[in-house]
Amino acid sequence: MFHTISEKILALKSGLKEVYPGELVTAHPDKVMSHDNAGLVIRHFRTIGAEKVFDPKKIIIPLDHRVPAESERTAAAHKSIREFVIEQGIENFYDIKEGICHQVMVENGHVKPGELILGTDSHTTSYGCLAAASSGIGATEMAAVWATGELWLRVPETIRIEINGRFIHGVTSKDLALFLLGQLTARGADYKAVEYYGGVIDNIPVSGRFTLCNMSMEMGAKFGIVPYDNETAKYIKGRVKNDYTVFSADPDAVYSKRYKFDISEMTPQIAKPHRVDNVVPLSEAAGIKIDQVVIGSCTNGRIDDLQIAADILKDKKVNSRVRLLVIPGSRSIYLQAIKQGILEILLNAEAVILNPGCGPCLGAHQGILAPGEKCLATTNRNFKGRMGSTDAEVYLSSPIVAAKAAIIGEIPEKVDPA
Amino acid sequence: MDKKLTGRVWVLGEDVDTDVIYPGKYLPILDPEEMAKHALEGLDVEFSNRLKAGDIIVAGMGFGCGSSREQAATCLKMAGVAAVIAGSFARIFFRNAVNQGLPLVQADLSGKLMDGDIVTIDFESNRVEYTGGEVEFPPLAESVKAILDAGGLIPAVREKLGLAT
Repeated sequence: MFHTISEKILALKSGLKEVYPGELVTAHPDKVMSHDNAGLVIRHFRTIGAEKVFDPKKIIIPLDHRVPAESERTAAAHKSIREFVIEQGIENFYDIKEGICHQVMVENGHVKPGELILGTDSHTTSYGCLAAASSGIGATEMAAVWATGELWLRVPETIRIEINGRFIHGVTSKDLALFLLGQLTARGADYKAVEYYGGVIDNIPVSGRFTLCNMSMEMGAKFGIVPYDNETAKYIKGRVKNDYTVFSADPDAVYSKRYKFDISEMTPQIAKPHRVDNVVPLSEAAGIKIDQVVIGSCTNGRIDDLQIAADILKDKKVNSRVRLLVIPGSRSIYLQAIKQGILEILLNAEAVILNPGCGPCLGAHQGILAPGEKCLATTNRNFKGRMGSTDAEVYLSSPIVAAKAAIIGEIPEKVDPA
Repeated sequence: MDKKLTGRVWVLGEDVDTDVIYPGKYLPILDPEEMAKHALEGLDVEFSNRLKAGDIIVAGMGFGCGSSREQAATCLKMAGVAAVIAGSFARIFFRNAVNQGLPLVQADLSGKLMDGDIVTIDFESNRVEYTGGEVEFPPLAESVKAILDAGGLIPAVREKLGLAT
């Protein structure tokens, strides 16, 4: 046998003994996730004309993109979703209070190692942090899955990325994700699965693996997977039943490409507008004046991200020219941040704390940029117009760099201890 | 799906992302006709007004990178775009286009065409003909073709479930 993790998962979920890259299979996902765009999925589902969804237990719907509703249109969509989940007996519905869909999925035990999970959101790749094969799909095909329980998928080639060395001070998994984007480019993993290995990966907690698998999508990846290990086991203990299958790649698994990086000398990284792969070391972006800083999103809205920001902002003030928006990734992170005193520190520093959700990441609401403004965000995309005006600019960074920038009002040259 | 398409082209660049094809602020729109009005708005707010039924988009590598929003494919189709030719497509955009019955052609025509040129796509011989040349493109998988022939995934699923009238 010579298969990668993705090939093994797709074979099992397609009822086949083996599958090979390039093959089109009909797969049966373990779970499917939709957020606010469930409103669009419902419309398509009605057009198909099926009466009942294939299995209400396998459908998870957290509302997060525009919460609370920012417009009458969104309010109507949310209402249609609330009615639909009752009609169909979908119990795993998380209303606007709960947080970002991917965080909610992982936190609440909806993701198990070895599962195939599809979601109507590109960053569904995040669940690779728990060794699942998960990927984004469109609303039309999600309606088809709701009706039939199956979907056509292409078996991807797999890229193996090995990260050795160690993070120097102030460098995080977000910097690694940006670094890899710079190296492989935004098309570097198109249609491919990515498997992460190496000493650095072994030492990254699930939170940081989440960031890495989340950003794998920005390289075009179908799946981003960190193989199961003790760290995975520790995280899922108490969250999921012990009925999952652990897959590992065969020693002679066939990879379409292999990369090996030693990141011992890697400094914090910045993605400059308007491309996610326009990545430079922090020093090359230093001095750029910032109008808004966003700390949050499915990429970097977890408790360790908020803690690190609080450590830097403790007894400091956000620069008077800067608006700092902080968005805890979920209700439980929000609560934990209150208990740990993080929010008090951030509020004293004059940050604005937003409710758990996607916030301004996709230009929906809560922090839209005006023409000519610049934003430094811990989010995942800096496309033209992403956060509002097409004449605004978005820079991407880690929460450490973002917190520091919020104080000095510009992208810092380095992130030495504050 | 038509076996042959002839249309006027609009030439775009590389890595045309889903935010410029269909900005996030319009995601709450559910009416496909209304989505069409915002097609490619991130590149030019007037773009959708210039698109005519049967037009063909020609772009470089990485077309449709970014979000899973299928509106990026819907808005183009509803604005009259008959097909997209690109050096390569981002994964989810490819799926969304196929599932909504918008044909895609993977061919690198960068530098060979200008806005307003006429091209013919032949899905039987897998060739794109343009003034001064032609290129061959990899055929779509049979199962993908079947979805396009059905007019998209929804008609295909309705047929499969015996719900088609």
